Amino acid sequence: MFPFPLERRPPSARAAYRLTVGATLVVWLLPLAAIVLTSFRSQDDLNRGNYWGWPSAAGILDNYATVLLDSRLPQFVLNSFLVTIPAVIGTIVFASMAGFALAKHEFRGSRVLLMTFIGGNLVPFQALMIPVRDLVIALGLYDSRWSLILFHIAFQTGFCTLFMRNFIRDIPDDALDAARVEGAGELTIFWRIVLPLLRPAIAGASVLVFTFVWNDYFWTLVLVQSDDIRPLTAGLQSLRGMWQTSWPLVAAGSLLAAIPPVAVFFVLQRQLIAGLTFGARAAR
Amino acid sequence: MIMQASLALLIAVASVVCDAVAGTLVVNANTADPAPRAAWEELAARFQAENPDIELRLNIYDGESYKKSIRNWLTSAPPDVVYWNAGYRMRQFVGPGLLEDLSDLYTPAVKASIHPSALDLVSVGGRQYGVPYTYYPVGFFYRRDLLQSAGVDEWPRDWEGLVAACVKLKAKGIEPFAIGTRDLWPAAAWFDYIDLRLNGLDFHTELMRGAIPYTDPRVARVLEYWRVLVSTRCFSRNHASSSWQESQALVYTGKAAMMLIGNFIVPNFPADVRDRMEFAPFPAIRPDIGRFEEAPVNTLHIPARARNKDDARRFLAYVLRADVQEALNKATLQIPVNLRSAVAPDRFLAQARDLLAKSDGLAQYFDRDTSEDLASIAMKGFQEFMMYPDRLDSVLAAIERARQRIYGSAPGAGIPK
Amino acid sequence: MRTRHGSSTVILLAPACLLFALFVIYPLLRGVALSFYDWNGVDAKVWVGLGNYRELWADPVFQTALANNLRWLACYAVAPALGLALAVLLHQRLRGMRVVRSLFFMPFVLSQVIVGVVFGWFFHSRFGLLNEILGAVGGPHVAPLDSERWALYTMIVAGLWPQTAYCMILYLTGLATVPDELTDAARVDGAKDPSLLRYVVIPQLRPVHFVVSMVCAVAALRSFDYVMIMTLGGPHNSSTVLGYYMYEQTFLSLRYGYGAAIATVLLGLMSCIVFMLLWHLFYRERS
Repeated sequence: MFPFPLERRPPSARAAYRLTVGATLVVWLLPLAAIVLTSFRSQDDLNRGNYWGWPSAAGILDNYATVLLDSRLPQFVLNSFLVTIPAVIGTIVFASMAGFALAKHEFRGSRVLLMTFIGGNLVPFQALMIPVRDLVIALGLYDSRWSLILFHIAFQTGFCTLFMRNFIRDIPDDALDAARVEGAGELTIFWRIVLPLLRPAIAGASVLVFTFVWNDYFWTLVLVQSDDIRPLTAGLQSLRGMWQTSWPLVAAGSLLAAIPPVAVFFVLQRQLIAGLTFGARAAR
Repeated sequence: MIMQASLALLIAVASVVCDAVAGTLVVNANTADPAPRAAWEELAARFQAENPDIELRLNIYDGESYKKSIRNWLTSAPPDVVYWNAGYRMRQFVGPGLLEDLSDLYTPAVKASIHPSALDLVSVGGRQYGVPYTYYPVGFFYRRDLLQSAGVDEWPRDWEGLVAACVKLKAKGIEPFAIGTRDLWPAAAWFDYIDLRLNGLDFHTELMRGAIPYTDPRVARVLEYWRVLVSTRCFSRNHASSSWQESQALVYTGKAAMMLIGNFIVPNFPADVRDRMEFAPFPAIRPDIGRFEEAPVNTLHIPARARNKDDARRFLAYVLRADVQEALNKATLQIPVNLRSAVAPDRFLAQARDLLAKSDGLAQYFDRDTSEDLASIAMKGFQEFMMYPDRLDSVLAAIERARQRIYGSAPGAGIPK
Repeated sequence: MRTRHGSSTVILLAPACLLFALFVIYPLLRGVALSFYDWNGVDAKVWVGLGNYRELWADPVFQTALANNLRWLACYAVAPALGLALAVLLHQRLRGMRVVRSLFFMPFVLSQVIVGVVFGWFFHSRFGLLNEILGAVGGPHVAPLDSERWALYTMIVAGLWPQTAYCMILYLTGLATVPDELTDAARVDGAKDPSLLRYVVIPQLRPVHFVVSMVCAVAALRSFDYVMIMTLGGPHNSSTVLGYYMYEQTFLSLRYGYGAAIATVLLGLMSCIVFMLLWHLFYRERS
C-alpha cells in the first residue's frame, strides 16, 4: 500500500500485494464479467430466460460483428473524436486559466465567482434543454459540431475550474513572487511555472472530461440532427428498438465504446502516478 | 473563439442555402429496429431511383429519442418528413397548426384503398394530415400445447371461458397470463380491451378524450371484471419488476401460457416453440357490442415549417402506394394499411390482417389515445391495481383527480388545458 | 474589477466566464423562469406564478422522490472511503499496475445503461443470479425490485460501482501530488505506515476530499440513469427520485413548467449542500 513503496520491499511482500490486488480486482470486475458474458449471448438466449448460464454456442461473436461491421461505425467514432478532443483541450485551457486567477489573484467577488462556477455545474441537464437549444438555434449553430463542443466546454469548465483552483492553491507563492520580481507577466507565469506543475491535475481532469463528453448522449440528441454529425453514443442508442432492445448487442457496443476513454486513462496514468518532484515543494 | 464562431455561423447559413437549392429531402424516422431500418433504407433507395432529381437524406432514431425530439423539431427547425402516430397523437400537433394539410394526396381512389378506420385516424374535420403506412394488432399469443395439457382444447369464446381456462391452467401449475408491467403500458392493454368489450368504442373514445369521469360506474365495472383475474392470481408473479421482453420467456419456457401483446412479439418466438404458438383476439364479453380491436397505426407527416414540401409530398404519395406498402410491410412483418397490399406469408400476419379488416373500429392503445400526462398517471394506477386489487376505488379516484386537473371538471370538456 | 494584476486577471477569467455565462447561467435562469409557467412544449405558455410550487409542495410523489434522494445521498457516503482505499492500494510503481488501474477504472467509463441492465438482471425476481445463488444455498427467494421498500437500494448498489471508480481516480490524482520526499522525511522521523497514511497523506489530500464529497453528493442528488433503466420509479413511484420525476413530468407527461419547478427545487437542494461544503472549505483555507 501507498505510502510504502513496494519496490523497496522484499519479493514476498510484493507477491502478497499482487495476490491481494488480484483478488480485489476479480471481485471488482464481476459486474463487468456479466456484461462481457451478455455480449456473447444471442437475443434468443434471453428470450428463453438464459440470463446467467453459458451462452448458446451459435454466433458467439455475432454481436461484435454486427457492431463493428455497421457501415456507420467509422463515421460515428470519428464524430465522437471530433467533438471530444476539442472539448477536452478547450476545457482544460480555460479552466486552468480561470483556476489560476481564482487561486492566486485576489479580487473582490472571487469567492462568488467560484460559487457560480460550481453552482452552474449542479444543474440537471433536462432543465437546460430548451433554453440551450433555443440559444444554439439563435446563434446559427444548430446541427453542427461546434454547438456540442462549445456547450461541453462551457459546462465542464464549471467543475474543472474548481478542480484546478484547488490544485493551484497548493503551489507556494514564493515561486510565483520570485518570477514576478524578475518582471515576468502573469500570463508568462501561468504558462511557464503553473502549468507544468499542474500535470497530474491536467491528466486527471482530461480523463474525466474526456469520459464525460465521450459518453454524453443527451446533448447530441438536443443539438444535433444529422446522421453525419451524430457521435457514437447516438449510434449506441439507436440499437434500442421501438418495442424491445437487443441487450447483448448494446452490451457489445458499450464495451467497444468504452475502449477510447480507458485508453486515454491508460496513457495519462504516468502523469498521475509519477512521484513528481515539484521544484517549489521540495524547497519547502 | 469569435473567429471560429463566426465561421461556424457562416458555414451553417451557407449549408442551409445550399440545401434549399439542391432539392434535398430530409426525412427523420423513428424506425431504428434492424428489420424496419433495413426496410426503410430499401424503400428510400427505390424512391431515390424513381426520383433521381431528389436527394433523399434519411436520419433514423430510436423510438425514445425520437419522441423526445419531435416537439423540438416541429416548433423550431424541422425536417421535411416526420414519422409519428395516428389519432390523438397526431391531433395534438394539428391543433396548433404544426402539420401540413395533406388532403390533396387523398384522391377518392386513394381513400378507397385505405382501411376506413385508419383513414379516420389521420383525419381532422374531414381533412387529412398524415399518411398511414402500417398497423399491428394487439391480441393473445398463447401456447396451444399448454392449454391443451390443461384441458382447454379451444380458444375461449367469452369471458366465462377465459376465466375457466385460467382456473384449469392454475390447477396444472401454469401461470395463465405472462405480463411485465415495469414499463407500465402492457397493463393498459387489459384495461383497453375489457373496456372495448364491455362498453364499446364510442364510450372508450369519450373516456380517452377526458369527457367521462374515471369514477363512472361503467369504468369501475371494467376494473371489477379485471379484478376477477387479478385476485385469482391469473397474472405472472412479480410482474412489476419485469419488462414485457423479460416476461415473454415465461411463455417460451412453459411457465406461463398466454400473453396479451402486440404482434411485434412474433419474430421472437424460438424456433422450437413457434409451431406451438397461436394467435387469438380478446374474447367477447357482451354479445351486443361490436368487434373493436386495438391496432396502433404509424404514420408519416409533413411539418408545417418544412422547407421542401413539394418533394415531401412526392415521398408521401409514394408511401401510399400498394406495392410500396406491401414491400415495406413484408420486410417488417407488419400489416399494410393499403387494402390492396398483400402481407408476408406468415400465418400470424394473415390472421391479424383478417381480424383488422373485419373489425368494426380501431383503438390506438391507451397511451396513444389520451393525454400523455393522464396516461402516465393512469398506467401507474393500473400497475398498482394489479398488485393490490383492493385499491380499486382509490386508484380510480386518483386517476379522476388527474383527469379533472388536465381536462377540467366540467362534464364533456374533452379538450386538455 | 480592481486587482493587483490588472488586465491579466480579466484575460485569464474571460473565456471560461463568457462561455459559462452564455451556455449555462443564462439557460439556467430561463429554466427557472419556465417554472412559473404552464407549458406542454407546443401551445402558448400560460403564466401560473407560484402555482407549480404550490402543487409540488402537496405532491406525494415529490415527497417520496425527495426522501429517496436523501437516502441515496446517505448511502453514497461509502463511495469516497472505498475510492480512497482503492487508490491507496493501487498507487504503486510495480510492473503491470498501469493495466490493473485501467481495469479498476472501467466501471466509470461504461455506459450507465448497460450497468443498470445487468444489475437489474442480478436482482431479478424470476431470472436473477442472486436468487439462483440464494436458492443453491437454501436461502429465501427475494424480489427487491418488486418491493416498494427495497427497489431504491438495488439502484444505489448499481450506482456505487461506477461512483467508487470515479472517487478512485480523483484520489489517484491527489496521491500523485504527494511527493515522495514528504513521506520519506516522515518515515525518517519514525512514523509507521498506518499513521503515515492518517497524519501525513490524507491531510495532503484535502483539495481532493472536497471535490470527491461534492461529486458524490451531486451524483446522488442528480441520479437518473439507474432509475430510468431499472425501475422507472416503480413500483408505482416508490423508488422515484427528483431527477427522474422531473424527466417524467417534462418528457412523458409533457408538463414543462412543472418539470422546471422540480428542477429548480433540485438545484436549490444541491446548492445548499454544495455551499455547505464550500463554506467548510473556505473556513479551513482561511485558517
